[in-house]
Amino acid sequence: MNVSLFITCLGDMFYPNAGKATVELLEKFGCTVDFPKSQTCCGQPAFNSGYHKDARKVAKQTIQAFQNSSYVVSPSGSCVAMLHEYHHLLKGEPEWQVEAGKLSAKSYELTQFFVNVLRVEDAGASFHAKATYHTSCHMMRLLGVMNAPQTLLNHVEGLEMIDLSRDYDCCGFGGTFAVKMPDISKEMVDEKMRCIHDTGADILISADAGCMMNIGGRMEREESPVKVMHIAEVLNHTEAR
Amino acid sequence: MPLRVGEKDFSKRMKTGLEDAFMRGTVRSAQEKLRTRKQTSSEELGDWEAWRTLGEEIRSHTLEHLDYYLEQLSDKVAERGGHVYFAKTAEEGNAYVQQVAREKEAKKIVKSKSMVTEEMSLNNALEGDGLEVVETDLGEYILQVDDHDPPSHIVAPSLHKNRSQIKDVFADKKGYTESDNANDITRFVREELREEFTNADIGITGCNFAVAESGTISLVTNEGNADLVTALPKTQITVMSMERIVPTWEELDVMMSLLCRSAVGQKLTSYITALTGPKAEEEIDGSEDFHLIIVDNGRSDILGTQFQSTLHCIRCAACVNVCPVYRHVGGHAYGSIYNGPIGAVLTPLLDGYEDNKDLPYASSLCSACTEACPVKIPLHEHLIAHRQIITEKETLGPMPEKWAMKMFGSGVSSPKLYRLASKQANCVMRPWTKGSRIPKGPEPLKAWTNFRDLPAPASERFRDWFSNRRRSTFDE
Repeated sequence: MNVSLFITCLGDMFYPNAGKATVELLEKFGCTVDFPKSQTCCGQPAFNSGYHKDARKVAKQTIQAFQNSSYVVSPSGSCVAMLHEYHHLLKGEPEWQVEAGKLSAKSYELTQFFVNVLRVEDAGASFHAKATYHTSCHMMRLLGVMNAPQTLLNHVEGLEMIDLSRDYDCCGFGGTFAVKMPDISKEMVDEKMRCIHDTGADILISADAGCMMNIGGRMEREESPVKVMHIAEVLNHTEAR
Repeated sequence: MPLRVGEKDFSKRMKTGLEDAFMRGTVRSAQEKLRTRKQTSSEELGDWEAWRTLGEEIRSHTLEHLDYYLEQLSDKVAERGGHVYFAKTAEEGNAYVQQVAREKEAKKIVKSKSMVTEEMSLNNALEGDGLEVVETDLGEYILQVDDHDPPSHIVAPSLHKNRSQIKDVFADKKGYTESDNANDITRFVREELREEFTNADIGITGCNFAVAESGTISLVTNEGNADLVTALPKTQITVMSMERIVPTWEELDVMMSLLCRSAVGQKLTSYITALTGPKAEEEIDGSEDFHLIIVDNGRSDILGTQFQSTLHCIRCAACVNVCPVYRHVGGHAYGSIYNGPIGAVLTPLLDGYEDNKDLPYASSLCSACTEACPVKIPLHEHLIAHRQIITEKETLGPMPEKWAMKMFGSGVSSPKLYRLASKQANCVMRPWTKGSRIPKGPEPLKAWTNFRDLPAPASERFRDWFSNRRRSTFDE
């Protein structure tokens, strides 16, 4: 199966290891992976802030980048949800809308792709740790990926998953929200951090670079002992036996 | 009390909210309780998603045919001997009530909770005429006694106070001497209000839903105060905003189920009152004279726009009860009687952008509100639509942001520019980088690094790794 990676801007610049793990995982399950070089960002910052003219430019760029791909897979739920917004964003430009529809139909978040397309529930990973999972709002509510990450994580050998209370609450990232309303955002991420600490987990797993940046950044500032990991890194982890 | 309340500046209102640990504790526990109750009671209904779809269909059908149903309602009320008045503005609505009060030579008015009369500042208008107006919903009464403290929640207006604060309010203003036990406080208020009910000349109520086919207005309360407001005074005035209407009793049934469960997690509230016109001759209770005021006040401007579904709102506050931003800043931060996510959408529509331009940004767009809404208002999408209007049409967005977005738009729609900029990022950020993180960034990263570290841009981007890897694979 040929798969094009949509690594996203945050993934490209800040979390390359998540991208590397994504590649290795996909290859492990028989996919041929390519990386269309002209990809940049999904355009979410401009879209959510109301700068739709600027966001439309970005959307068209992304559509073109993946025009020849049969599957587009990304290790970031929120950005994949944004690809699904292109259809609304490009209202009034019917030809582009058709292209937007094609892109969203072939785009998947990594865990969604594993469970729904590859029909894989066990990625064959082993990782001895206590962990909890942070649900990304956009991945859960806009993209509708509810169980795939947990399904895969539950199959990781040695990994003890602990439920996160208030997991339905936003971590306070919200793209530009974090910098436009920093005081409110801080209170939100602090509440998230308290819930994470209450689990007693050593590792926080997330499938979204934005949330990782927010929660991870706050936890580093507060010198939290909990390590933040991308789900691809966990699923690609194997321990010598 | 008008639509807009409190301090003018959003950032100040927000700060006041964030600093009020007391209020935040109260709001937090209320949210948790309401959320759990809603979950349980909606699961009991079976397929909650199917109910939501039905709710949305009913609301959108009604709005599509609003003129028809309003006319039917108006005819039916008139047939039963009631008077109907269509008020284009708040002022017109107030003037009508004032006129009725003068005709009746009224001195005292009792009210049942009504948001639209808050929006119209009806109490101010009536008090200006020397009338005494008494709110009889417990929450509203507390606020009224507490020097007109603004409401902070759509269904539970005094949610921001706990019982010890409430005890203090009554001790200070009404000479209350007992404990802060809820039963004691309630008994005291009940005795106070009983006097008011029996001496009132006019009863004013809001309207949860009007039923067009029969000319009935329905009211939902847990305290029975609406029953007394409508049964005891000789004159009853009901004020409804124009969209609060259902075609028939069948739809009323559905909407009530959605409302009660979404608002407080109950199958039904303790009292659901349905009234059709003034009392008939053979009836014992009820008003002799009934007036229905149907208020527009900016709503018809929303019809036919991308925001039309905002008028689906049945004021259940389900969105408020799940909003993480509301939880931390409280209802007063929204500066409007409509708070939380629905407030952030509705207030700019009714009151313009100029004074409310911060509200649509007071959301992380997590869309918990959209998910919770029983009539499927796409609240987070409306917030984005507002932002678009603010930035692109009203051009109220800050200049630096506008330039940043322009640069962003050009930068990331040009792969070459993007590749160049992202390659430089690690180098450019080096002066601020400590190890693998940036603890104190320059503008515009400051707002971020005030509270969090920023990971340093990787020295080898993913794309570099990928192309090197490919090259070495080929080399082998």
